[in-house]
Amino acid sequence: MSDTIIILQSGRLLDPVTKTDETGDLWIKDGVLVSAEQPIPETAQLIDVQGKWVVPGLIDMHVHLREPGEEYKETIESGTRAAAAGGFTAVACMPNTKPVNDEASVTRFLLDDARNASTRVYPVAAISKGSSGKDLAEYGELKEAGAVAVSDDGFPVLDSQFMRRAMEYAGSHGLLVISHSEEMALSKNGCMNEGIVSTRLGLRGIPAAAEAIMVYREIALAELTGQRTHIAHVSTLASTDLIRQAKARGVRVTAETTPHYFTLTEEAVGEYETNAKMNPPLRTKEDKQAIRKGLQDGTFDCIATDHAPHSVLEKECEFDLAANGIIGLETSLPLTLNLVREGVIAPLRMLELMSSAPAAILQVPGGSLVEGNIADVTVIDPQMEFVFREDTIFSKGKNSPFINRRLQGRAVLTIMGGRITHQI
Amino acid sequence: MKDPYLFQHRNILGIEQLSQADIFYILETARSFREISTRAIKKVPTLKGKTIINFFFEPSTRTRLSFEIAAKRMSADTFNITASTSSVQKGETLIDTAKNLEAMNPDIIIIRHGSSGAPALLTRFVKAGIINAGDGTHEHPSQALLDMMTVRDNKKNIEGLKIAIIGDIAHSRVAHSNILGFTKMGAAVRVAGPATFIPPHLDSLGAVLCTSVEEAITDADVVMALRIQKERQDDPLIPSLREYARFYGINKSLLTHAKPDALIMHPGPINRGVEMNPDVADGDGSVILEQVTNGVAIRMALLYLIMGTQGVSS
Repeated sequence: MSDTIIILQSGRLLDPVTKTDETGDLWIKDGVLVSAEQPIPETAQLIDVQGKWVVPGLIDMHVHLREPGEEYKETIESGTRAAAAGGFTAVACMPNTKPVNDEASVTRFLLDDARNASTRVYPVAAISKGSSGKDLAEYGELKEAGAVAVSDDGFPVLDSQFMRRAMEYAGSHGLLVISHSEEMALSKNGCMNEGIVSTRLGLRGIPAAAEAIMVYREIALAELTGQRTHIAHVSTLASTDLIRQAKARGVRVTAETTPHYFTLTEEAVGEYETNAKMNPPLRTKEDKQAIRKGLQDGTFDCIATDHAPHSVLEKECEFDLAANGIIGLETSLPLTLNLVREGVIAPLRMLELMSSAPAAILQVPGGSLVEGNIADVTVIDPQMEFVFREDTIFSKGKNSPFINRRLQGRAVLTIMGGRITHQI
Repeated sequence: MKDPYLFQHRNILGIEQLSQADIFYILETARSFREISTRAIKKVPTLKGKTIINFFFEPSTRTRLSFEIAAKRMSADTFNITASTSSVQKGETLIDTAKNLEAMNPDIIIIRHGSSGAPALLTRFVKAGIINAGDGTHEHPSQALLDMMTVRDNKKNIEGLKIAIIGDIAHSRVAHSNILGFTKMGAAVRVAGPATFIPPHLDSLGAVLCTSVEEAITDADVVMALRIQKERQDDPLIPSLREYARFYGINKSLLTHAKPDALIMHPGPINRGVEMNPDVADGDGSVILEQVTNGVAIRMALLYLIMGTQGVSS
C-alpha cells in the first residue's frame, strides 16, 4: 500500500470488463483506482505513459513457484519477481511442491511467505492428500487458509470415481477443480508428441488421445456433478473441439492454454532440445492452429504459462530423462502480443484472456480499470523489442526455448496494490 | 568443375546425417580394410597412438567386440567402460562422466546408451569424435552400414533392390537406420509386422508398410528379420512368442515368395524359432555371419574416417 497518488498520464486505457479503449489518465490512491481530482496534488507521482497501453494487471492462473522444497529451482520471491517483470500482478501456484500443498499449514506458509512478494499469490491446493489420488484433502480448511482452487497438476487423478467425489466436495466448499488431463497409461514413458518427429528421433511419444480422453472424462463429470471444472494447459485440436462442444451445451467448464502451444510445434524439439520438453508436449501445426482458433472464438477462457522452472540439473541431460516444463512468465506477454499483431485476437480479447477471465474463474479481485478496483495495473509498450537473454531472466529457471529470440512487446511498469513492482 | 568428394563428418550419430556419397565412401573404405582381417598378422599401424574408448551403457557382445577388434587391428589403444563399472553407478551424470573421459584426451568415444539422443548430447560437451553404437530406439548407424555392405557385396548394387524388413520396427534402432540407409541408396524398403510394432508415420522414414509378411517378402531381394525384444514387457505388444512365430516368423514356405536368390539377414542375436526358423537362419541365402565379418571392416572404416576429421574445424 502506498498513500501517495500515482497518476499514469495520457495512456491508452484498455478495460476488458467495460470493453473500453480510450486515451486518458489513470489515478491510483491508497492502492485503489480512483477518479481524477482537480487540482493535481503536489505529492502526486506523475508518470507519462503516452503511446503505451494501460491495462488491468495480468493474472497467470497456472505457475509453479517450487516453494516449499525446491528452492534451488525457484522461490516465491524469484518467481513473483519474474512475474512482475512479465507484467503480472497475481499468480496462482500449483501444489506439487515438497511437501505437497495438501493441508492448511502449507497454504498458510505460502501466503505468509508471499507477503512481501512482487505479485499476489493464490495457492492452489492438492485434490488428494499427497497428490496420491487416494484420500480427499481437507478442502474446507484449505479454503479457509486461502486456497482458491484444487488441482492434480503433475499427478493426474486416474480414478474417475475419485475425481467425481473431488468435484462434488470441492463444489460444497466453493472451490474450483483444475484438471491436468492426462491418461497416464497412454502417456507412460512418453517424452514428446507422438508423431513424425518422435519417430525420427526414436523417442517414445505421447498421443494426443492421452489428453482428449481425460478432457472428455472431466467434461462428463462436470456434466454429471454440475460443478465448475477448469481444464489446464490444453495442447491439442481434439481437446479444443471437446471443450467447444461442451460449452455449447452449457457445461460449466473453462479452459486455459499456454503461449508455447500457440507459438511452437513438435519441430522445436529439433535435435533433442530439452527446453522444448514439457507435459503435455508441443504438438503439430494443426494443433497449434486449432489452439489459435480456440483463443479467437472463445473456447479458451484464459492464457496461462504453466511456468515450470528447473535447474540445469534437470535439463542438461538425456532427453528422455529430462524434466518436463519451461519457464513462461517473462515471455507470455510478447508471445501473446504476437497474436494481436497477427490479427488472431484484438487487444481487449487479449486482456480478457490474461486478466479479467482468470480473475473471474478464480473469483479474485482485479481484471478491470473501473474506479474502486484494486490498483493492479500493467503498462505495456507493445512496440518495444528486446532479445530474451539468459542473463536478464529474473526467474531462477533458465529453461526456455525462447532464449536469444527477439521478442516484441513488454511490460514497462507493473503496479500491484499501488506499489510499483517492476519498472523499465 | 565439381568439387572432389571430401568426408567431413566429425561424429557418426546416425544414417540421417549421411549423404549417399558419404555412404558409398564408407562402404568403399571398409572394403579396402576388410583384407586386413584375413592376414596372418591382423594389424596395421594406421591408428597407432590413438586412444579409443568404448563407452557402453547397455549390454552388447558383438557390437562392442567388433569395435574393439576394429580399433586393435588398426593399432589404436582401446578401453572399455560399461555402465556397471563406471561412476554412473555412483550417481554421476552422463555429461560429468563424459567430461572426465574427455579430460584424459581420448580421440574417439564410441557410445551405446539406452536414451535416444545420448550420443548427440555428448558432442556438445566433448571434443573427441563420437560414434553412436546404438542409442535407445533411435539409430544404430554402424549396423546399417555393415548391412548395406553385405547386400552390396552379394548384389553388386543396392539401387533398385527390394528390401523386406520384418518385425518390431517401432522399437528397433537397426530398422530405423536400415530404412534410412537403404532408401538413401535407392532401394525400396517394405516392412511388415503387427501394428503394435509399427511406428507412427512410418512413411516419413521412407518405408512402405505391407499388410502381411507375405506381401512384404514377395519378390524381395533381401529379407531381414528383427529380434523380438523380450525385455519390452511393460507394453502389451504381442500376446505370445508362439503366436508371433506363427504369423510373423520367417520360415521356408514364406520364403518361396521372395526371389530365389534372396539374402537372409538378421542383426542378431537371433531368437531361433521366433522371428526366424533355424533352417532359414542357417540355410541358403543366409548372410548372417557375413554381416558380422563386415561389421569389423565397417567399424575400421568409421574409426579411420572419423580420426581424419578430428581437429579439422567444420
